[in-house]
Amino acid sequence: MLKIVNGAVYDPANNIDGEVRDVCIDDGKVVDSVEGGRTIDASGMIVMPGGVDMHAHIAGPKVNTARKMRPEDHRLDPVPRTSLTRSGVGKSVPSTFATGYRYAAMGYTTAFDAAVPPIAARHAHEEFSDIPVVDKGFFVLMGNNEYIMQQIAAGERGRMRDYVAWLLQATKGYAIKMVNPGGVEMWKSLGNTHTLDEEVVGFGVTPRGIIRSLAEAGMELHLPHPVHIHCNELGVAGNWETTLETMKTLDGVRGHLAHVQFHSYGGDPGGMFVSRVPELAEYVNTHPNLTVDVGQILFGDTTSMTGDGPLAHMLHQVTGRKWVNVDVENECGCGIVPIEYKDKSHMHTTQWAVGLEWYLMVNDPWRIALSTDHPNGASFVSYPQVIRLLMDREFRREAIKKVNPKAVAKTALPDLDREYSLFEIAIITRAAPARILGLKHKGHLGIGADADVTIYDKCDDAEKMFSVPRYVIKEGEVLVEDGSIRRETFGKTLYVAPVYDTAVEKDIREYFRKYYTIEFENYPVQLEHYLPRPREVATTGDS
Amino acid sequence: MTVLTLKSQLQAPLEAGVIVPDRFAGNSVAAVAGMPVTYGNEAACLGDFFKVAGAGSTEIVLEGDLGRVKNIAAGMTRGKITVHGDAGMHLGSEMRGGVINVYGNVGDWAGSEMKGGKIHIHGNAGHGLGGAYRGSRRGMNRGMIIVEGNAGNEAGAVMRRGLIVVAGNAGDFAGAFMIAGTLMVFGKLGIRAGAGLLRGTLVTFNQPELLPTFCYDCSYSPSFLKLILRDLRLQGLSISEEYITGCYRRYSGDFNRLGKGEILVYDQR
Repeated sequence: MLKIVNGAVYDPANNIDGEVRDVCIDDGKVVDSVEGGRTIDASGMIVMPGGVDMHAHIAGPKVNTARKMRPEDHRLDPVPRTSLTRSGVGKSVPSTFATGYRYAAMGYTTAFDAAVPPIAARHAHEEFSDIPVVDKGFFVLMGNNEYIMQQIAAGERGRMRDYVAWLLQATKGYAIKMVNPGGVEMWKSLGNTHTLDEEVVGFGVTPRGIIRSLAEAGMELHLPHPVHIHCNELGVAGNWETTLETMKTLDGVRGHLAHVQFHSYGGDPGGMFVSRVPELAEYVNTHPNLTVDVGQILFGDTTSMTGDGPLAHMLHQVTGRKWVNVDVENECGCGIVPIEYKDKSHMHTTQWAVGLEWYLMVNDPWRIALSTDHPNGASFVSYPQVIRLLMDREFRREAIKKVNPKAVAKTALPDLDREYSLFEIAIITRAAPARILGLKHKGHLGIGADADVTIYDKCDDAEKMFSVPRYVIKEGEVLVEDGSIRRETFGKTLYVAPVYDTAVEKDIREYFRKYYTIEFENYPVQLEHYLPRPREVATTGDS
Repeated sequence: MTVLTLKSQLQAPLEAGVIVPDRFAGNSVAAVAGMPVTYGNEAACLGDFFKVAGAGSTEIVLEGDLGRVKNIAAGMTRGKITVHGDAGMHLGSEMRGGVINVYGNVGDWAGSEMKGGKIHIHGNAGHGLGGAYRGSRRGMNRGMIIVEGNAGNEAGAVMRRGLIVVAGNAGDFAGAFMIAGTLMVFGKLGIRAGAGLLRGTLVTFNQPELLPTFCYDCSYSPSFLKLILRDLRLQGLSISEEYITGCYRRYSGDFNRLGKGEILVYDQR
């Protein structure tokens, strides 16, 4: 039992904006009142639900390959063992344990990996088992899945939907993810697709068809987070039109567009980027079915990792740096390239400004989530810096002075005076991502919510405040106190198990026999062996 | 002057990155003895292993078999370190200034990614001399290393600036992926010397087995080499007069990459 008293509570989901009130916790949940137990006096402090990161790359084969690929990165940031915590390394691709500790030390208690190839789901779960503190889950890559494309082309919509449900069950994943739908498959043989209506040769489908079909399937399966889209043409000048077309394709269905910053560029392909955020943000503002996360870049060295093989190839050609490319049989692709964002660069400055424009131009904070697309834009440990850029207009102006002046002058950023309030920050870092993900028990402090709470010392410097929370409470247990980890616990793995007609398994079995290197029986992840603390999120449809 | 004498033979590696003039300067004997080191996997103090004589200064003398002592002078920016005996891995890695003299052999990665200063090794050096740590885009970047004995593999790998002189033989992949700088080997070169050379100069005095991606250009007597060789004489190396006045065959490469590097081979005729 735990009682947090005298703190200024920011709980946007329950419309509590800095009101001084008590938060009572019992048995890992927020309750009405408690008798006895520990009391934390949060006088002069700020109480928020634990942070929710809805788009990061923290586990699975691509992250692990990036770890192997970047010893030079790890060398700069050793994480020594303590009497409580294990050793590891940090920087752009932290080791599993360090990932958990660093999320915890920053007050984040839930994190999702945004791209796991279904065939490698087992590996992702194994890494999840070694990521302490946070609750976690992952999105399953489906946008270039050959079976799905074949079913769409054949008009077998029901079978495709059943397969999607089966795949989510088999992988113990959380949501449908599309990465450059159709494009990655095309790139494996004939080059990337460039518009949504180009045919994926050999499959008779178009990227638009894949997006629409999977989005509808997600709705019909009542997934808490129906579909998570990494649009086509990432990082290409002029890609904003593709992004806008993707948004239009989602007319009438829910859809989340990931790291939109990377998808909002005007200009001619191969040329300079220009911001087209005003047009896209306006579309999002007027279409409540759409949500976005930003994928903010920050200057410095990081690692780009993506299911978008053609993108990684392009980055490798532009930067000349080492890269890894993987063709995941029948399912998807992968690419990894180290990248350094430079404040002197015209392109990188534009990207930086585009990200901030997104935060400042989407009117409804409930439909935009804070992300850096960790580690593609920057490491998740730099979220506090993003928060300060949003909350502190003067700080932002100083930052604008340090970047490429020509590039930033072409964006709307210098004219944007909006400052986020603490209430709005609580939305984009917790309440909104939880709601977008359909996690009813997270991102708020109402009765019955998970007792994931972060308490910050009030401080004018938002970056400082959000970097080092005073207390972090996970499922009612105080894990971080005075800025250091006091206990190590392991969070739950969140997954969905949508119902489907098992008749589809006969066809999938046959498909496996013909085309897979793995047997159908060996493919599904066994709940009892790979998810030490499973938590099924209901697909009831009332979300 | 601070004199550290090893008390007894070490049974496990001792990570002693604290043995740096920058850290020692201005500290008392007790403070120096109390500096933290890692022995095997346990935290310990410098004084547990060394007898410390003289308060902390920028001039440090180390005595004993320090072959298991790692990170000596890592990151040093000034002062002088003299080792009477062997030194372990990472000696002077990432150093920026100052002088290190070792009267013995050193382990792997000596002078790796150094950015200035001078290392003079009177014995042999291990692998990765003045090299780049795994994954790094740059190895040695300024400074000078002289090895009077032999060097292991990957000497001067991914070097960006500076001079490495090996009086004995060098192992395989000498100067691999060099970006610029000069690597001079008086003895024999191992296989694949200069592999992936972008720019930079490899000087050798015995015809090496060259990769097929190197092309013969011409024979000449480069003036810069005369200056370097005369300077090396002043540093105490015995350089025969023929090397200074002689002719060198120039091979350019590696044409797998940029091809602006050169391998100069002393022409014995």
